[in-house]
Amino acid sequence: MNRQHEPAIEARGLVKRFGEVEAVAGVDFEVLPGELFGFLGPNGAGKTTTINMLTGLARPDAGAIRIAGIDCTRNPKAAQHLIGVVPDESNLYPELSGFENLCFCAALYGMGRAEREDRAQKLLADFALTPAAKRKFAGYSKGMKRKLTIAAGIIHRPRILFLDEPTTGIDVASARQVRQLIAELHRSGTTIFLTTHYIEEAQRLCERIAFIVNGRIVRQDWVKNLLQPLEAKHLLQISCHGFPREGLEALAQAFPHYAFSSPGEGLIRVEGNDPVGVGPLVRFLEERGAEVSEARRMRPSLEEVFIAITGLEVDILHKEKEKGGGRP
Amino acid sequence: MRCGTAFWNILAKDMRSYYLKPPNISWGIMFPLAWTAMFFIKSGSGLGSIPTLLPGVVAVSILFGTTSMLAVTVTFEKKSRSFERLLLAPIPLWVLMLAKTSGAILFGVANAFVPVVMAIFLADLSRIQWGLFLPAVFLIALASTFLGLFIAVAVSEVFEAQTFSNFFRFPMVFLCGLFFPIDKLPLFLKPVSYALPLTYGADLLHGAVHGRHALPYSLDLFLLAGFCVLLFALSLRNIRRRWIA
Ligand SMILES: Nc1ncnc2c1ncn2[C@@H]1O[C@H](COP(=O)(O)OP(=O)(O)OP(=O)(O)O)[C@@H](O)[C@H]1O
Ligand SMILES: [Mg+2]
Repeated sequence: MNRQHEPAIEARGLVKRFGEVEAVAGVDFEVLPGELFGFLGPNGAGKTTTINMLTGLARPDAGAIRIAGIDCTRNPKAAQHLIGVVPDESNLYPELSGFENLCFCAALYGMGRAEREDRAQKLLADFALTPAAKRKFAGYSKGMKRKLTIAAGIIHRPRILFLDEPTTGIDVASARQVRQLIAELHRSGTTIFLTTHYIEEAQRLCERIAFIVNGRIVRQDWVKNLLQPLEAKHLLQISCHGFPREGLEALAQAFPHYAFSSPGEGLIRVEGNDPVGVGPLVRFLEERGAEVSEARRMRPSLEEVFIAITGLEVDILHKEKEKGGGRP
Repeated sequence: MRCGTAFWNILAKDMRSYYLKPPNISWGIMFPLAWTAMFFIKSGSGLGSIPTLLPGVVAVSILFGTTSMLAVTVTFEKKSRSFERLLLAPIPLWVLMLAKTSGAILFGVANAFVPVVMAIFLADLSRIQWGLFLPAVFLIALASTFLGLFIAVAVSEVFEAQTFSNFFRFPMVFLCGLFFPIDKLPLFLKPVSYALPLTYGADLLHGAVHGRHALPYSLDLFLLAGFCVLLFALSLRNIRRRWIA
């Protein structure tokens, strides 16, 4: 069989239990060569556990894994030369400098001295870390650590790259840089498996997305397919104070052409097949004592898809963003 | 080729990060000194007793030098997650663990020569059979490193590794014939002695330094090597079971 056309990553019925907790409960997916695949889900959904199984840091309790056509279920070492991993937390050596860390990681993949030093210099320059190259990793800021960890994951030019929440916990500018880099790697043909809980990030970067909740993939599809049912819709989001959630029913009765939902505290989402008129809605709300602070037209986004599929409120992702800080 | 580069760089990194640090070097020198002094004072004997004390001090230096390092190079790196980098590298686990332990083995061998160098100035060591002494030192370093590794991968906290290794180390000092012949131990302790690898290493060292030994050298060498293989294999199994769980 021609390896070129085999999936770069193939997971069949993956299961991982930790005692009572079923962290990953039977997950199936395929990532095609060169594809940028997003794994989107809230905290504790099983994203990291899935990556650990795929990369050889955890043994699945059931299921099968193939990387570039190589069966890695029993022997995770078989394909480790093809993959690069950027873990969710920096795990480089605090006592080594940035440059030494990169050279060491390259050496683990058998790169010769001259090559790894060149490559380390280049990556440090790409990530604007050259001035810090000789400083100890322990003294790096959070964003610098994150960038060096990503550099370390790609120093051996892996064909398949696993990125575990690459933009969590870094500032907006760094996050943008990281996303640019991911897009470049993707253009250059690297297969990328990206986990994130930033919906916008997934929507912007990924071609295909799997939503994972409680260890199960609830839906996976091409981003354009996921968005398609929403394209024809008109959306409006109203932020207001003092309007009870029970009031949604009254709204629905007064405006039967629209569908109403509340994606979070103080938020009302209006969906219609025709453009939504703001004036009557605001008047209706204010007459009932609500204080409207904003009414925004929304472009269809994966948030809607996420809510529709998971039944979860986007709140649970927004809360994480505040914690993370790297909101796109 | 790939494995060679990785092996060498892991060893070189550990050397620089841990073994060649001033505190470690001074520990490697102070520790044998302290043991030598302690036994001189306790036995109250003169310089003539050096050849009989030397094997014990050499063995203790190796034992403590090697086992104490694994808690850092392995348990600590596991806890701080940098060990995951190594587990992700495309090198077989046994090569990886040999690379991780080779620093400790070399450190153990270097520690062994601190008391030897001191003894050279104080006593006549012309009777030492180096052809036996050197392999004995190497095998003891190997066995105690792998014992340290076995402990380091069986626990998850650095302090556990340290406490746990004392649980093995101190009894070994007294039960393995380093300073007190096994013959003089109470009968019920003798089986314990023969279940400990250092017993065979100490026997080799005694034979090499002053000629008195209890078992045939070939048996000592064979059993000591057997302990090395067993401890290494058990450690690998534990890593596969517990760390790639
Ligand atoms: N080593 C472990 N021991 C016990 N439980 C674990 C372990 N690792 C993960 N879990 C549990 O498995 C579930 C999935 O965890 P996982 O880390 O895969 O989630 P995640 O999707 O990566 O979340 P996050 O967005 O917070 O990184 C969680 O309930 C977690 O508590
Ligand atoms: Mg995670």
